[in-house]
Amino acid sequence: MYSIINSIPTELIHIVIGLVAIMAFVGIHVLVLVYAERKGAGHIQRRPGPFEVGPHGILQPLADAGKLIGKQLLRPDHADPILYWMAPVLAVFPVLLLFVPMPFGPVVTVQEVNLGLLLILAFSGISVLSTLLAGWASNNKFGLLGAARAVSQSVAYEIPLLLTVLCIAFQYGSLNLSTIVEAQGSWPWQWNIVCQPLAFLIFLACAFAETNRAPFDLPEAESELTAGFHTEYSGMGFGMFFMAEYANMVVVSGVCTALFLGGWKGPGIDGVWWFMIKVYALLGLFIWVRWTYPRVRFDQLLNINWKWLLPLATLNLLGTIFFMKIF
Amino acid sequence: MSAINKILRPITDLWSLVVGLQITGRNFRRTQVTVHYPRQVIDPEVNASFRGPIKLVENPRAPGKPKCTACMICVSACPSSCITIIKAPAPVITPEEEQAFQDAEARGEEVERPSAPREPILWINDFSLCSLCALCIESCPTKCIEFSHDLYTVRTSRADFNHDLLAPFPNALRPETPAAAAAKEI
Repeated sequence: MYSIINSIPTELIHIVIGLVAIMAFVGIHVLVLVYAERKGAGHIQRRPGPFEVGPHGILQPLADAGKLIGKQLLRPDHADPILYWMAPVLAVFPVLLLFVPMPFGPVVTVQEVNLGLLLILAFSGISVLSTLLAGWASNNKFGLLGAARAVSQSVAYEIPLLLTVLCIAFQYGSLNLSTIVEAQGSWPWQWNIVCQPLAFLIFLACAFAETNRAPFDLPEAESELTAGFHTEYSGMGFGMFFMAEYANMVVVSGVCTALFLGGWKGPGIDGVWWFMIKVYALLGLFIWVRWTYPRVRFDQLLNINWKWLLPLATLNLLGTIFFMKIF
Repeated sequence: MSAINKILRPITDLWSLVVGLQITGRNFRRTQVTVHYPRQVIDPEVNASFRGPIKLVENPRAPGKPKCTACMICVSACPSSCITIIKAPAPVITPEEEQAFQDAEARGEEVERPSAPREPILWINDFSLCSLCALCIESCPTKCIEFSHDLYTVRTSRADFNHDLLAPFPNALRPETPAAAAAKEI
């Protein structure tokens, strides 16, 4: 017995424990974010939000989850069965992987990856594929329209996102998130947001678009496409897309925190708490923005990207390279 | 110049995003307007502007009676046919009374036969059909119908929506039940 345990490589045990921790982390954060989102929406519109289930509606996300799990899973008649059920699974699992190189704290990282940033950017691309599959396989015109929108939007916004990330990567000569965090100081004026404000703003705009959040939530525009790519999904099929969206928000906020806001560093004692405080501030901003701005039109969406964000990000990158070469 | 403006304008317009966030942020901090209904109710003064199910106006000259003359105009005006009114019947003239009237007429006297009272004995508004369109209120020649301020109209049974509008008037005529008529004769 002892020899069997010994024969398992410690790296594997490490990763398995890490993945389980990530799943728990994602599950808890989805519940918290759903509650925060609905409460935030309510308070911005001067109503209480969920209130009846538990004190101040605190158990509402659990009730929602129970409802979603209990619902029947339906597949439209002429939908492709394999692709149709693959899409929600494909939406959730890459997101779990995105947490692997996330630098939560000085030692709290599941796995230090030298190309962590690249890993995150590469696997976040799979979420576009899941959206496309969901829209294509469900044999529904709204789904297909949503999928087409999602692809053109995500492909477009990935470019300025990459360019801004490259600015930071060039600055420190590393794609390792932990190294980038280490290089920043503890005080707010030592963070990257001070020397790269434009990159931060572009990154934020692209983050909204990449996570399909309002005002860029065109793939699932309720008022135009019923629900876009997940129109035909019921129960946990929809629930998994929902989970993926919120988990993606956490990932994007985490990357943004690590790149621009000093990660786990902060005034006083450095640690996981600073990372979580910053991530939650960004998530709060996400929710605040969603309930403030109206949805942009599709041509506006692409105009913002191709005419503004892309040139600005390119100029920013060139400027960064110029300064890195000179100084 | 216009080319520069074309570039600068969207950048200055970005300020509107901050203004939008300020507005929602301010509303986030303001007190809520939602009332948690079964546990809280709203102020009665807010109620005063609410137009609930219709009610009858009291007759100023005959307290305890409605002003309604049972002219039935509201019944024909109602597009949802939710009003039911029964007019008070004419009093029954006994053969002796009839004989007395005829004798008086034969003597050349002016006779005033008892006519039906111009009052309803039944006034039902089926609130499950009523759309609160106010056509009955506008058409009423005596201005005897008005909106009540009753906010709490939810009921659990369909029969509960047959509002008896004569109920608040103690002196209103009511249809005589056989039992009541028998009691009167004794």
